[in-house]
Amino acid sequence: MADPIEQFEVHPIPGLEFGEVAVPFLGVQQIAVTNSHVAMTIAFALVVLFLTAVTSGAKVVPGRLQSAGETLFSMIDGVTDSIIGHEGRKYFPFVFTLFTLILGMNILGMFLTFTATSQLAVTITFAVLTILLVIGIGILKHGLGFFLLFWPSSAPLVLRPVVGAIEFLSFLLRPVTLALRLFGNMLGGHVALKIFAGFVVSLGAMAFAGEGLGLWALPIAALSMTMVVALTALEFLVAFLQAFVFAVLATIYLNDVVNLGHGH
Amino acid sequence: MEAEAAKYIGAGLATLGMIGSAIGVGNIFANFLNGALRNPSAAGSQVGNLFVGAALAEALGILAFVLGILILNA
Repeated sequence: MADPIEQFEVHPIPGLEFGEVAVPFLGVQQIAVTNSHVAMTIAFALVVLFLTAVTSGAKVVPGRLQSAGETLFSMIDGVTDSIIGHEGRKYFPFVFTLFTLILGMNILGMFLTFTATSQLAVTITFAVLTILLVIGIGILKHGLGFFLLFWPSSAPLVLRPVVGAIEFLSFLLRPVTLALRLFGNMLGGHVALKIFAGFVVSLGAMAFAGEGLGLWALPIAALSMTMVVALTALEFLVAFLQAFVFAVLATIYLNDVVNLGHGH
Repeated sequence: MEAEAAKYIGAGLATLGMIGSAIGVGNIFANFLNGALRNPSAAGSQVGNLFVGAALAEALGILAFVLGILILNA
């Protein structure tokens, strides 16, 4: 059976390698265009092209393409507006950028042989970007008052240090879970797809070679095939859902510092 | 017991953590349906909360999965 982990390997595209270079602290590194590069560039280009096509020649009564774009746009606008409030518009571009790029890479992963968001390096970059923005906005808006985030004024005074410590710990865990959720979902889904697809081929080969289970392998292969179809449908849902969840959680974390102390 | 065998057993045991997240996600959707059937008009506005809750519960299962992968490759 084919190795289910092999699809996640980053390797240079043949013919697009540009030799090696010595980088201080990091040692000798290879300069090349990798499959990860290509997947991310296609996702980026698709997002930009789609949104350009959607907004060029915008009409008051939208056509089919424009209403598809408007649905995407107003969905994230609704999220930032309902969670952050009247200041939500200000943070909309960041959340929308995160959402469309992650969605593009997730969906492309279903069509290409490589999923960019199944690389921990990519998801960690998104999570670190989000949490640095949260800390930056918190310090810019409230100065040292940012640390009131860890001082829950609604808890009884005796319990406040304990609750505050837990709040601090959960704040530190936010970027970790943010990165791991996207990474784990994409990795797990694609591994499961590959394993069931491998069953179809190896059990089919077993049946036709007359080894092992013989013809009894055929119904199991057919069952695996239905699992592949069902899982593919599920993965499309997960691809959208994880991008949406990432956007919603980024908005919730932004809301914590934007509306610090307003208690909603 | 060989170290290699223990590693596989450990990775298998680590994935048991997914049981908890499965119970959590099941609970969330069951309770959502419970509430949604009682008051269908309010259900639509809570779909966002539903998915965020499911994602938060699911993240802990993903942590167990990542732990399993880490043990397997240790």
